[in-house]
Amino acid sequence: MNQELIPTTEELRPDLLAIAEMLPDQARVLDLGCGDGALLAYLKQSKQIIGRGIEISEEGVLACVRRGLSVRQGNLQEGLADYPDKSFDVVILSQTLRYLNDPQMIVGEMLRVGHFAIVSFSNWGYWRSRLTLLLSGRIPEAPDHDQPWDEPPRWQAFTVTDFIDFCHKNGFVIRNQVFISGNRRGNFLNNLMSKSAIFELEKA
Amino acid sequence: MARPRLQKEAREHHLETDKMFAENSVGLVQTKTFHFAEDEPFLLESGESLQPVTIAYETYGQLNDERSNAILVLHALSGGGHAAGYHDAQEQKPGWWDTCIGPGKAFDTNRFFVICSNVLGSCYGSSGPMSINPQTNEPYGLNFPLVTIGDMVRAQVKLIDHLEIDQLLCVAGGSMGGMQALEWAAHYPDRVKAAIPLATTARHSPMLIAFSEVGRQAIYADPAWNNGAYYDQDSKPDAGLAVARMVGHITYLSEEAMHQKFGRRLQNIEKYGYEFETEFAIESYLKYNGNNFTRRFDANSYLYVTKALDYFDLSSETGSLAAAFANSTEVKYLVVSFTSDWLYPSYHSKELVSALTAAGADVTYLDIQSTWGHDAFLLEVDTMTNLMSSFLERLVHEEAINLPSHSSSEPAPVTP
Repeated sequence: MNQELIPTTEELRPDLLAIAEMLPDQARVLDLGCGDGALLAYLKQSKQIIGRGIEISEEGVLACVRRGLSVRQGNLQEGLADYPDKSFDVVILSQTLRYLNDPQMIVGEMLRVGHFAIVSFSNWGYWRSRLTLLLSGRIPEAPDHDQPWDEPPRWQAFTVTDFIDFCHKNGFVIRNQVFISGNRRGNFLNNLMSKSAIFELEKA
Repeated sequence: MARPRLQKEAREHHLETDKMFAENSVGLVQTKTFHFAEDEPFLLESGESLQPVTIAYETYGQLNDERSNAILVLHALSGGGHAAGYHDAQEQKPGWWDTCIGPGKAFDTNRFFVICSNVLGSCYGSSGPMSINPQTNEPYGLNFPLVTIGDMVRAQVKLIDHLEIDQLLCVAGGSMGGMQALEWAAHYPDRVKAAIPLATTARHSPMLIAFSEVGRQAIYADPAWNNGAYYDQDSKPDAGLAVARMVGHITYLSEEAMHQKFGRRLQNIEKYGYEFETEFAIESYLKYNGNNFTRRFDANSYLYVTKALDYFDLSSETGSLAAAFANSTEVKYLVVSFTSDWLYPSYHSKELVSALTAAGADVTYLDIQSTWGHDAFLLEVDTMTNLMSSFLERLVHEEAINLPSHSSSEPAPVTP
């Protein structure tokens, strides 16, 4: 494959790099909402994974195919019905959960199809987001992603604490969590200090 | 070896005739024929048999030393083995998929050995109703046995055997060509590494059968058809075949494409004539294409090939599509549909992709935004080139395919 199309460790978004570090070599990976395929291309090169992607946009699918990836155009809202149980080691949902109507359905499906699920998301509990709402009276954009509230696709803001509650309520067991603020990772007052978070889940 | 000399002669021939082919054209090509089933009859799905069988085909580019870089492209209802280049300098139009076959194109003839053969039952050199029945020394007409997509593909397998190719790198085609690609993948998974079914279905729908039947009825209703025995007569069932083709053309377009191309425009007149003449541009287009078709296609072949389409249902033996592909999960798939194709709507492809996913196959799928209707698979050249060349590039990488040793940027030689 064309080496220019594989992101280097420096080029990969920090949250994607953190996800990559969680994966074992040669894992079977399904990336939901895989976008332009940067993560899958990186994982194929650095971890020799067997990767598949699902992406809704034509532009994204074309970019993935250019990178030599196996990707299927599809809408996550329709679930993962075609995929057999436990057909992947890991199913990834990075920076996409805020766009989905039914978080419980999709995370449940991820844990049916995969042994583990990795979910990364923006954290509106970040102190600056809280301050924006408090001081300006306006809904803040995601701390790590510029997209005004009225620009499609619609998103739903939630925080690290919301996500932990959601996992407890639905019986999703948290195996591992990584918190990111800019290029740093931390583990101090996570809901207040991190711009985004990555959770590794399994079924109870 | 004679290859470079032939190539040189072909090139000089271009110069002589003052016709220069584009740099990315395969240039002058010839149709070849392959005969088989001379001693043993070729058994068909219907239980009937054929003996002997002729398959007309063309090839472009060269085989590599491992014979692992071959791609079989598969034509649609009215196509033939002439997929790229020109038969002579006077030929107006190149082969049917010339936009995608040639040096540097999606099916890059500098890298791949591209094969295209005319299907069984057709009229471009392969055995069909127009062929001479050796029993009677007259054209078969309706004595030609009914054939299926499966029969067409088994004849292609014979051709691939003859070319001494164990495994094709890829089979690719749109519409009926896509059905053949799926037939290859489902029934000969050890003979193909990848399949590219475009704008197609794994199961011909009742609506498609209905359109086929309207076309056939138009031919039956033409007195000149004479139950298929018209080859020695003065007139052929042109009127019936033209109507069949007109119906076909409507189904290949979309309403939006018709609006864009023709609108309600009148043809060569300023206002309505209030008479039963060709008045609208769309009427004129259909009439022109219908008539044109009668000069290049055989009415009986139209009957046979549309019947083959109607019989196509990959799930009929196994009960489900996923089961049909259960042993074909090593094949890599690139499935493409087009948003405005109402003949083979996207949900046919999505159903196929679901089945392939359930079977555990490696499948890439895209529903391309297009207003061109079913014809989009031939017209969306840029997107298709993008997709297919990337997919093939991936195969070359993953399957460690070597370039042919005679690879060059020169036009491919006339013979393989």
